[in-house]
Amino acid sequence: MFVSMRSEWLRGGCIALVLAVALTVGTADGQLRIEIRSGVERPVPMAIVPFGWDGPGVPPFDIAGLVTADLGNSGRFDPIPESDMLSRPTQASEVNFNDWRILDVDVLLIGQLIEAAPDRYTIVFQLFDVLRGEQLLGFRLSTARADLRAAGHRVADMVYLQLTGIRGVFSTSIAYVNETPNPDGSRRFRLIVADSDGENSRVIADSPDPLMSPAWSPDGRRIAYVSFEGEYSAIYVQTLRTGARDRVSSQEGVNSAPAFSPDGRRLALTLSRDNGNLDIYTIDLATQVLRRLTQGSSIDTEPAWSADGEWIYFTSDRAGGPQVYRIPSVPPVDRAERVTFEGSYNARPRMAPDGDSLAVVHRNQDNYRIALVDPDTGLVQVLTNGRLDESPSFAPNGAQIIYATREAGRGVLASVSSDGRIRRQIASVAGDVREPVWSPYPLP
Amino acid sequence: MTRLKLLFVCLAIALIGAGCTGPEVTVPEESTGSAVPPAGGNADDSPSGVVTTGLPGPGGANISELTLQEQTLVTENLVVYFEFDRSDVRSDFNAMLAAHGRLLAANPGVAVRLEGHADERGTREYNIGLGERRSQSVRQILLLQGAAGSQLSTISYGEERPAVFGSDEGSWSLNRRVELVYD
Repeated sequence: MFVSMRSEWLRGGCIALVLAVALTVGTADGQLRIEIRSGVERPVPMAIVPFGWDGPGVPPFDIAGLVTADLGNSGRFDPIPESDMLSRPTQASEVNFNDWRILDVDVLLIGQLIEAAPDRYTIVFQLFDVLRGEQLLGFRLSTARADLRAAGHRVADMVYLQLTGIRGVFSTSIAYVNETPNPDGSRRFRLIVADSDGENSRVIADSPDPLMSPAWSPDGRRIAYVSFEGEYSAIYVQTLRTGARDRVSSQEGVNSAPAFSPDGRRLALTLSRDNGNLDIYTIDLATQVLRRLTQGSSIDTEPAWSADGEWIYFTSDRAGGPQVYRIPSVPPVDRAERVTFEGSYNARPRMAPDGDSLAVVHRNQDNYRIALVDPDTGLVQVLTNGRLDESPSFAPNGAQIIYATREAGRGVLASVSSDGRIRRQIASVAGDVREPVWSPYPLP
Repeated sequence: MTRLKLLFVCLAIALIGAGCTGPEVTVPEESTGSAVPPAGGNADDSPSGVVTTGLPGPGGANISELTLQEQTLVTENLVVYFEFDRSDVRSDFNAMLAAHGRLLAANPGVAVRLEGHADERGTREYNIGLGERRSQSVRQILLLQGAAGSQLSTISYGEERPAVFGSDEGSWSLNRRVELVYD
């Protein structure tokens, strides 16, 4: 029933890109804030009415504000300002659809936050098709106070799925590296996990030596990363809930670029061992058995698994400049196939969740940009327009890629839709922010 | 501190032995364009023509012969710079590395750590590879000059520890480097 409406929006056609729409949402200290830099052809006009509050004092959380930010930041929706609303219904009996039709709003979201018991809250929400005057979605969620933000993201995910047919990623997380200067001129490196909107950031590792290459386990419970503590490089796997970590590789020389296999049992990694020559290996996390996948004097690094775990894509300069190759993840190996041919520099591949494309860093004249490569044809589609864009990471729904870029000499995060049409910046408030990696979907 | 000073003394003597001519060698070569980092030794790549005999062992006997300028020269000769996306050592660093190699050969108890770095362009993990390859290039030269493998360790920081923060060729050229760090 709603499908017809969706296709109608999609048919909206080529209306000029919405450029430089600056939308700033909640900026807590040390958090990130999101600005939309370019938009979808025609974002869907919608109204998200402030939720009613049934409880003493002021509401503990602004659910409608969070949902407005999430859906607005996606670039696919255009929530109208509260000041334009002619009425503020909080339940279905109060809705007058003409109040919304006159504002050219297609979809209406209303709801209530209810304190059901001490530290127990109920969120009730309903989504309406304004033109037809029909309810599209109606749900009731129950949660503790500490989880109200997460519940708000869940509401946004449900609305997004209903209206686009695509699973939302508002409840997912991102990890990234933050570098800040200390007053004495030394540097401080922090590994941070935050909600996908950049809020709710938590430091999971803090070091005077570089931290790099964070990678999520497929269950989202662990993060592998490289630390240079003690003046040599080593790979650690840290459990998020406890903060406990294991050092899984501390070979002589380079220990770099960890990537979990899709089943979470193995890590692909890059080692130089004693001869200084970087090659791709896998390590079985349970048995510590190390397998070497590449040979030779080239730099072979930045391994990434295919979704089925059968292939490992990686960067190699075996033919001169860095290009993307792939190799079977289990022996017999060393029959690497070259994947990229267009341009002099294609590196750090990341496979899309559906396996149909690779995100890479592609040099375009003297600019480093995020591009999609078709692994079968080698065709390259450049998605971004920065000078030093790097570290692409797909959202688990494949619809967006988060990456690192520069703004006024500082490292900041940005995301781009996989069709290149919606770009938004996630600006940091302090220091240099880089190497973003998008988490998998949270476990149910 | 005393040990470091002693090393500088030995190093300066080794540099003199390699045919370095004095402070003027730190002037950047004009022919290689702007913002070229200080060359690491005599720009003249030819053999010194001087066969040195019997490096003085550790001791204070030669300290008085070191000028302040020579000490400055020594401290400035602990970094090798590289061209963009290259890991071969430029010929203007040969004399400097020859001196370091002989210093190490004459002092088996001394160890040096070779820290490889890249500029910020390109991907971070590939740059770890580039930094490692650069430190290996320096390692090979030091081995050829008589240093023992056990005296040399390498690490690559890629682009994670720039010497200079900046996004221009002047900064990049100072960040593409291997630092020789004596224990």
